[in-house]
Amino acid sequence: MMQIVLAVTAVIFSLAAAGAIVRISRGPSLLDRVLATDVLLAILGGALCVDMAVNRHLNNLMLVVAISIIGFIGSVTVARFVADRREPHES
Amino acid sequence: MSPDATGLDAWVDMLSAVFMIVGATMSLGAAIGLLRFPDLLSRMHAATKPQVLGLFLLLASIGLQMRTWWVWPVLFVAWIFQLLTAPVSAHMVGRAGYRTKHLHRELLTSDELDAVVQKAAAKAAREDGSGDG
Repeated sequence: MMQIVLAVTAVIFSLAAAGAIVRISRGPSLLDRVLATDVLLAILGGALCVDMAVNRHLNNLMLVVAISIIGFIGSVTVARFVADRREPHES
Repeated sequence: MSPDATGLDAWVDMLSAVFMIVGATMSLGAAIGLLRFPDLLSRMHAATKPQVLGLFLLLASIGLQMRTWWVWPVLFVAWIFQLLTAPVSAHMVGRAGYRTKHLHRELLTSDELDAVVQKAAAKAAREDGSGDG
């Protein structure tokens, strides 16, 4: 049964990652791209969690925590230094 | 697989399988939300799903699959860490999005920050005027 679960979650995670990557490439603003990158990191962490659960090991747990740290630092840093470069009449 | 796949063991396997699939579906929901929602603030609403509930379900499925008690505190610490950092980064991104006007004002039902911003701008203008005179 775990193999079926692994296949189903692999398909779902692949579709989700594809959607996040499309938003990264299309995203109209920098902040949209940062948000989509955060979601992509969350999807990566989720895939690592599924791998750990199916194969019953804990090798990736520190990697999951590190991925959440990287997502946090990255989005906070970019949000701190983002600036409005558009023309004022667009609003 | 486990040695005896009957009784309680099978139920725990089933529960963790359900957790894994629902947790993965959270990621898919976030991706669909990212693609379909119109502006940054509503996309932020969708983006939080895999970070909190999705991660909780997947970590719980790890805990169920390992069949030991000592992993639960470790998984709980990982989840709490994500729970502490997600609001901070969401606050920073939302604040930057508001300041750079990446939002559709016609979609907002209320904007409580606008009154505060207007008041602060008026106060700054007054202080500028008194400084000149």
